[in-house]
Amino acid sequence: MPAFTLKLRRYDPESGQAPFWQEFPVELEGHRSVLEGILEARAALDGSIGIRCSCRAAICGSCGVRINGEPGLACKTHLEEALRGARDGAIEVEPMGNMPVIKDLIVDMDAVHWKKVQRVTPWLINREPIPEREYIVPHENMVDVTQSMACIQCGACVSDCLSMEIDPEFVGPAALAKAYRFVGDPRDAEPRERLTDLSEDPHGIYDCTHCFKCIDACPKDVDPMNQIMRLRRRAGSDFEIEDSNNGHRHEAAFVKNIRRNGILHEADLLADSYGGKLNPRALPVLLKSLPTALRAVLRRKMTPGKVLLHPHSRQAKELRRVYDEVEGHEQPYQLNLYVEGHDEEEDSSASALAKEQKASSSAEAAPGAGT
Amino acid sequence: MARRVAYWPGCVSRGFTPELHGAMAAVAPLLDLELIELDRASCCGAGVIAEHNQELADTLNARTFALAQQTDGELMMNICSTCQGAQTECQERLDARADYREHINAHLAPDGLRYEKGLTNKNLLWLLVEEIGLDTVRAKVTRPLSNLRVGPFYGCYIVRPRERLDIDPERPRDRYLDMLIDALGGTVVAYAGSHKCCGFPIITMNQEASLKQAGRHVGDAIDADADCLVTPCPLCHLNLDFQQPAAAATVGRDLGLPVLHLPQLVGLALGLEPKELGMGRHVVRPTRVIDWSTAVVGQAAAA
Repeated sequence: MPAFTLKLRRYDPESGQAPFWQEFPVELEGHRSVLEGILEARAALDGSIGIRCSCRAAICGSCGVRINGEPGLACKTHLEEALRGARDGAIEVEPMGNMPVIKDLIVDMDAVHWKKVQRVTPWLINREPIPEREYIVPHENMVDVTQSMACIQCGACVSDCLSMEIDPEFVGPAALAKAYRFVGDPRDAEPRERLTDLSEDPHGIYDCTHCFKCIDACPKDVDPMNQIMRLRRRAGSDFEIEDSNNGHRHEAAFVKNIRRNGILHEADLLADSYGGKLNPRALPVLLKSLPTALRAVLRRKMTPGKVLLHPHSRQAKELRRVYDEVEGHEQPYQLNLYVEGHDEEEDSSASALAKEQKASSSAEAAPGAGT
Repeated sequence: MARRVAYWPGCVSRGFTPELHGAMAAVAPLLDLELIELDRASCCGAGVIAEHNQELADTLNARTFALAQQTDGELMMNICSTCQGAQTECQERLDARADYREHINAHLAPDGLRYEKGLTNKNLLWLLVEEIGLDTVRAKVTRPLSNLRVGPFYGCYIVRPRERLDIDPERPRDRYLDMLIDALGGTVVAYAGSHKCCGFPIITMNQEASLKQAGRHVGDAIDADADCLVTPCPLCHLNLDFQQPAAAATVGRDLGLPVLHLPQLVGLALGLEPKELGMGRHVVRPTRVIDWSTAVVGQAAAA
């Protein structure tokens, strides 16, 4: 039987001792899970090891941990696979990040994760009148939210969210993916109110930095960051919510900037993100960035001429035609690979689903669908 | 024989970090690279255009790819992590389905452009390791970065998501910067922030959280005794260098750590002078690095 060394992060806040690493040798087949390894160590070597688990089949979401520094489910990671990522031959297992540790590998999900999920009103607010029998919804609308429904609330994305590491008040990837599940649900009565709330919150949808950590962390391919981007698209493009965080204005200014210049003109972008050079909202920001701008001029990073009278690039006319053509459709055509899959693959369930979806074309197709 | 590549410099290298574009031009001949600049191409959208309208972002990048395919370059090269990530995301969708590709190509047809599936688009970092090879790079080093302690700063878009970017143990693209620093003779500094986010994407939305990220990573690198950072992403450079004084004020500590662009670090090791590499244009003066290069030249002259 192959032997593995598990290096567990131990901590008991009640002991008054600092956290420490402890190694446990276990003998198990390589295809057995890291969770089974930990349970084996607990049964045979030290009954005080703290780990939370239940289904052991990647469904309940209880055993979220960090394995060799990466977040994941202990029950979904094979020992041999974990060993390949191990630094010195020992598989390191530690509690998830961004949440306080209760004991050893158990973190306080209530203090962070569940509180944030509560924050986004995670239930359906029924549209009136409520039908007497089943609520019939267009198939593609529900397909649109299946990705966020795949979430098992394990907290792996919360553990590694870089925005939350700096700003603990950030609503965060799991809760925002949950928010999209209801914003995208055609039965919900208040998508605008939900989006206004999450756009206006300084720690809401515009606090995400696109770092992709949550996409890599998720054991269920929920791609929380993509759900956040869809919330932004709904808020900005569909509902035109002008938030006080400048999220929508920044996006609109960026898109306009490229249409006009082909490549980004940074000096215009800054002012336009706050409503334009002459907007009273822009003035304090521009004044505040004066020292930075001055340094840039002094270091010849830019010249005042380039800032004020930048040349327009030669491709601008061609780009304007592309912009007008693409933005001219009534319904943006958006490809969601999670739903439609790759066309080279065999007729998998995902692409069969896509065909079915195309066949049942509906006027109520979800705007803003897609990754 | 020089290797001809379709070269996409990005926006910021011709905007607020002009020294990057200049450094790339200076270092290219030393790497036997012939750059065919894609001067008709547009911004990659940096994820922001995709957030607004995915089809528009895919069309703009398909246009860039089509322009690259019209050249006789072996592949397309970029010098910006963000371009790499944003373009790869669009390319993933374009390459996934023929019907979608046709739909996007229809927007390009009036300008005589068409994207064919399967373009190779690599950041300079990937090109150095996978096309040129670190042994070749090592052989070209005339001024090894001995005793220079360099902290790698990758930028999110070039290391995540792993699956889309084809990163696995056989292709450890998330360690290439470390491997390159080593090949150039420098010492890799391990610190907490090397693969984290610089905070730049939220600078206009939540300036404090944005600059806190930059400030914390620079501070961590200083605590690990780094002489400088190096980054393949000019947007990271904006937050780490351009905004460093503001980041220092936000985190409440003195910083003052030079941040080099990737081609600048390569150029130094290949014998170019700091001035030729535009190092005078940084906000944080790379004095420590320049002193180091002068000392190395002095030693060589004395020997």
